[in-house]
Amino acid sequence: MASEAIGVRVPARGAGHDLRAVKIVLHREMLRFVNDRTRMLSMLVQPVLWLFVMGTGLGSLVQGSIPGVDYRTFMYPGMISMTVIMTAMFSAGSIVWDREFGFLREMLVAPVSRGAIVIGKCLGGAVVAVGQGIVILAMAGLVGVPYAPGLIVTLLLEMFLAAFTITAFGVTLAARMKNIQTFFGLMQMAIMPMMFLSGAMFPLANLPSWLHVLTVVNPMTYAVDPMRQAVFAYLDVPAAAEAMLNPGVRWFGFQVPVGLELGIVAGLGVVLLGVAVLQFRKAE
Amino acid sequence: MPADAAVSVRGLRKAYGKVEAVKGVDFEVRPGEVFGFLGPNGAGKTTTISMLCTLVNPTGGSATVAGHDVVKERDQVRRNIGLVFQDPTLDGYLSAQQNLRFHAELYGVPKGAVHDRIRKVMEMVALWDRKDAKVMTFSGGMKRRLEIARGLLHSPRVLFLDEPTVGLDPQTRSAIWGYINQLRLMEDITIFMTTHYMDEAEYCDRIAIIDHGRVVVIDSPEALKAGVGKDRVQIQTPDDPAAIEALRERFGLEAAVHEGAVTFAVASGEQFVPRLFAELGIPIKSVSVSRPSLDDVFMSYTGSTIRDAEAGDDTMAWMRAMARR
Repeated sequence: MASEAIGVRVPARGAGHDLRAVKIVLHREMLRFVNDRTRMLSMLVQPVLWLFVMGTGLGSLVQGSIPGVDYRTFMYPGMISMTVIMTAMFSAGSIVWDREFGFLREMLVAPVSRGAIVIGKCLGGAVVAVGQGIVILAMAGLVGVPYAPGLIVTLLLEMFLAAFTITAFGVTLAARMKNIQTFFGLMQMAIMPMMFLSGAMFPLANLPSWLHVLTVVNPMTYAVDPMRQAVFAYLDVPAAAEAMLNPGVRWFGFQVPVGLELGIVAGLGVVLLGVAVLQFRKAE
Repeated sequence: MPADAAVSVRGLRKAYGKVEAVKGVDFEVRPGEVFGFLGPNGAGKTTTISMLCTLVNPTGGSATVAGHDVVKERDQVRRNIGLVFQDPTLDGYLSAQQNLRFHAELYGVPKGAVHDRIRKVMEMVALWDRKDAKVMTFSGGMKRRLEIARGLLHSPRVLFLDEPTVGLDPQTRSAIWGYINQLRLMEDITIFMTTHYMDEAEYCDRIAIIDHGRVVVIDSPEALKAGVGKDRVQIQTPDDPAAIEALRERFGLEAAVHEGAVTFAVASGEQFVPRLFAELGIPIKSVSVSRPSLDDVFMSYTGSTIRDAEAGDDTMAWMRAMARR
């Protein structure tokens, strides 16, 4: 009988093994997302509501003050980032869910590094969020944004970066949390103000100085602004409206370049990733 | 100590704050045997198994599993063990096969072998025909079977089963024991399990009885039962304290109330019963005599039955729940 056994020998840990772990954690994230139609749908309805209901309503109100630009066009990059951010946060939240239902344990007892699991999770969140963002990208024509290949590629990359960082942030939050309600409560508390202060909903020009300070220290501002700059680069907007709607971010009069903004987001993502890995090492 | 012991434990202890859950245990598990850890809930079984599986760091002593130190060579230990926990650790939204594939990738099972190996372990637990069903549609017994299959997927040297049949119906319990017995024939594996079911401990090659964080005795179930040498007699009386008193005075027997009956051990129980009725002086409503079981073994070593020991051990149960997180 013993000869029937198909024994497998598990190799020693190495980079290849960790890479397989990253891939399977990522793969699972995507399977979970594709299987969960309700979640996909709810993630879509929200930005559509903002863009076409709020956007249209507010747009008719502010029409006079922003000549030549549809308010929905202004909101569009904001809505992309909002969708990406919410999706990424939900992905991160699944860690708490995994803990509640025991699956996290299956991952944490495996002979792979914590880093591989956290990176897999963050990449998974990023990929899923970009997938969701693509649907919003497809609506560009409806709000007068051109389908230029250069713009699409730029936005995809910026979405990926933002989503990765947000997932890392979410995973850091989720690392110690034992129940999903607490996580979503905290998530709302963290995400809402960050969203409001990021320029996703209203332009950051001519704000009172206390509000301006808050928008500048808000990391999400640096994820939203590059997307807006990218969209406006492909629009034909009167200079006055451009200055008002797409002012960029200023530090004491210094216009922060897009490259630096993206660098801030990427750097923050790496730091948060490191913190998340440490949290999981300690949590054992 | 044999160098090739599957599990070797020396003075292992674990304290949570001031509470000592495991108070220095020593034992060895031989390669290829089914070794049972028997004790009431809260005796320190799960804490011990968690230390052996590298999930909890010991506060003292040492242990090796498959030749690797559980603290210093954690990854080596993890690669060589399979785990089935009390609580399910499956992803209900994935299919059975997807769950196993996840495990195979995480444990680095060679790519060419993954499919065949998944098929083999799933056939063993008779779940191959349900491979594409989502795990959330599975019954408790099916989930446990799938977890056992998953625990075997990477051909571990030692399979740890923490209360593998708890919460399952009798039919599923016996099916799981069928798989475990089959497994010993088919794979070169050592099985370490915890249980608080006496009847299940009977299936083990050797058992260690653990109580209040200490191992009280280790031997084969047969040897343990033979060692008791007495039958168990239980009587129902209208006045239990008086009966206990009378047993002590007239027969020199120590009795106690267990599971609602005055219980004591005596050699040749059947021949003792007529004397009991004649000489006790207290009416007896009913009497039962039984051959020594593992319950009696447990009682003779710990002074209580396993069910009595479980009642009122809330603190340790709580500690265990905390440790499991």
